[in-house]
Amino acid sequence: MASYSDPPKESFRPSMLIYDTRYRGITIQIVALIGFLTLLGWIINNTAQNLADLGMRPSFGFLMEPAGYDINQTLIEYQNQDSHLRAAFIGLLNTLLVAVMGCATATILGVLVGILRLSKNWLVARLMTVYVETFRNVPVLLWIVFTMAILIEVFPPPSAFRGDDPEASMAVFDSVAVTNRGIYVPEPLFTRGFGDLSVFGLFEISTNLIVILAVLFAGIWGARKVRQRADRIQNATGVRPTTWHFSLGLIVIPVLAVLIALGLHLGYPALRGFNFQGGIYMRNSLIALWLALSIYTSAFVAEIVRAGILSVSHGQTEAASALGLRPNRVMNLVVLPQALRVIVPPLISQYLNLTKNSSLAIAVGYMDITGTLMGITLNQTGRALETLLLGMLIYLTISLSISAVMNWYNSRVKLVER
Amino acid sequence: MKKSLFWGALTAAGLAAGMSSAATLDDVKARGTLNCGVTTGLVGFAAPNANGRWEGFDVAVCRAVAAAVLGDENAIEFVPTTGKTRFTALASGEIDMLARNTTWTFSRDVDLGFEFAGINYYDGQGFMVPKELGVTSAKELNGATVCIQTGTTTELNLADWFRKNNMEYEPVPIETNAEAQQQYLARACDVYTTDSSGLAATRATFEDPTAHVILPEIISKEPLGPLVRHGDNQWGDVVRWTLNALIAAEEFGITSANVEELASEPTDSPEINRMLGTEGDLGEMLGLDKDWAVRAIAAGGNYGEIFARHIGESTPVGLARGLNAQWTEGGLLYAPPFR
Repeated sequence: MASYSDPPKESFRPSMLIYDTRYRGITIQIVALIGFLTLLGWIINNTAQNLADLGMRPSFGFLMEPAGYDINQTLIEYQNQDSHLRAAFIGLLNTLLVAVMGCATATILGVLVGILRLSKNWLVARLMTVYVETFRNVPVLLWIVFTMAILIEVFPPPSAFRGDDPEASMAVFDSVAVTNRGIYVPEPLFTRGFGDLSVFGLFEISTNLIVILAVLFAGIWGARKVRQRADRIQNATGVRPTTWHFSLGLIVIPVLAVLIALGLHLGYPALRGFNFQGGIYMRNSLIALWLALSIYTSAFVAEIVRAGILSVSHGQTEAASALGLRPNRVMNLVVLPQALRVIVPPLISQYLNLTKNSSLAIAVGYMDITGTLMGITLNQTGRALETLLLGMLIYLTISLSISAVMNWYNSRVKLVER
Repeated sequence: MKKSLFWGALTAAGLAAGMSSAATLDDVKARGTLNCGVTTGLVGFAAPNANGRWEGFDVAVCRAVAAAVLGDENAIEFVPTTGKTRFTALASGEIDMLARNTTWTFSRDVDLGFEFAGINYYDGQGFMVPKELGVTSAKELNGATVCIQTGTTTELNLADWFRKNNMEYEPVPIETNAEAQQQYLARACDVYTTDSSGLAATRATFEDPTAHVILPEIISKEPLGPLVRHGDNQWGDVVRWTLNALIAAEEFGITSANVEELASEPTDSPEINRMLGTEGDLGEMLGLDKDWAVRAIAAGGNYGEIFARHIGESTPVGLARGLNAQWTEGGLLYAPPFR
């Protein structure tokens, strides 16, 4: 009678932690982890000890104190008696504003330059090469300061618009004022409206804006449905119905109707006192920072786009042409979808770079998070360590969020292998 | 056991570091040079001259301290600091003293853990405008664009003052004095505001200084003075009494020209004798020798001489003594007795 039994169970001995290959890896990792945590603890303890010796006790209580200083560009309500925390938030919004504007412009410019650099036209291709090499090989700080200097020196001060025979006059039918303090453009105003909506008591948001955006998105959604229907008909019959007038009408007419219902009119800037009043005021500092950052980054984006397009083998283009696709269809349907998987990952780095480079804003006096929290607040409270730690944490959060969004996009455009 | 020994050793090392950093005077003597924090360049107060030698009203305080402690007014390492970096530089021990037109405020003294050694210039925040603007009072500045040097007390004063007077303004924060000049001269801002001494110093560098006026309103008290780290009282005393010696020297009529002569033998005035070391041992109490004040005064002269040479009315900066006259002449300078 044959009996089978499990091999005798080896009892666990501590020495196995070192001599048994099954456990050794884990042992080493745990030892390394303990070593790392000890080092970290030592660094933190040492810092705290030294700070205590210097009489600096870390504390974040200052964030609730009144800030006391004014900020010129505030996207939401802010007074100088608000807290340092709110001032930091204003700065954060300004950082995000310039980052979003910069990323969008850098992408558009970069894609354009990248494609044009591959142009068969010798002059255009060479000009784009000059563009790329000039802008990416000079430090971005110099571009920012240079742009600001040009804006300040070239354009006239508001006082030049004054008098019976002014030296300067407003552009575009007397509606846009270009001064060396910034550009004033007409602003949309509403005679009727639903008033403002308070968000958690933190800031106010115009209900009119929400309504307009809602109608706009509904229109876009409708246009998409129309396109899907056209696709279905095309698949079934092979004939694509003309839809562009439906789409255009769906998007434009409701928005126009809402705008007229709300009583849209334009508020023009006018010179009153020292400055122009009314209109939307884009400060020099924002324009200089935005232009410099987006032009500088666009040079890198252009190279990434060019590399992406070149990475798609020429045979693909030829095959698509052989199937009878027109050049723009070849680009849209064959080349770009394959190029995007090469373009998107390095593009994420460029977006991150642009956002982090926006911390150079203080060079032109743009009040971003570096200028408020890590600038004036740091100075007024003297809490260097705390503000810098907070600032680093905020930049880290912004960067990780951009990464997350872009990685999600990347996973959508990457080749699905079967 | 081993771990507690480790932490114990660490604490001991930390304490030792704390103690050694407390005796700044010994550190300076051992090093042979004084590390003095100054501005990155403000004509009249601290700026390198054509030969690269730092000159100015604030620099003179550093030189007097170096002369008193080390016997050599040139044994100084000047560390240029911005409005942002100055306090960190001092707190971390990178500099021994900060002489950088820094306003004495409660929070800097108490919360940041510094000690102001006295006041070497009584200042106040003012406004400068181009003459052609036709503005004669700061009350007419409603709606103006104002250039401010960021990282100073001026931002708060400005906000407070405009709020108090129910006026609006557009702040343009600027990192350095040079950039502020560029924006102001291009008329990208209507007004430039900072301490009125700084305005005078800035105006002195303009092509046509007469085209700009400093408005009569002084919107704040800005007592400027040298400061040291809190907790090292001996070093604080050295800086404080060196400054007092310069101020008292002017009151007693001791100048760089006659200080050697007055110190060679006791005079009729006991206080001069005590200060110059021909009577008593005030120097030893400070941890210095008896000639400390003689050297401090010989380095750049008394307070009046320093003022006249760097920022006085005969210089391009052209500041009147005003509040900074001796108390005997209607000013606020008042050195405590040397006794």
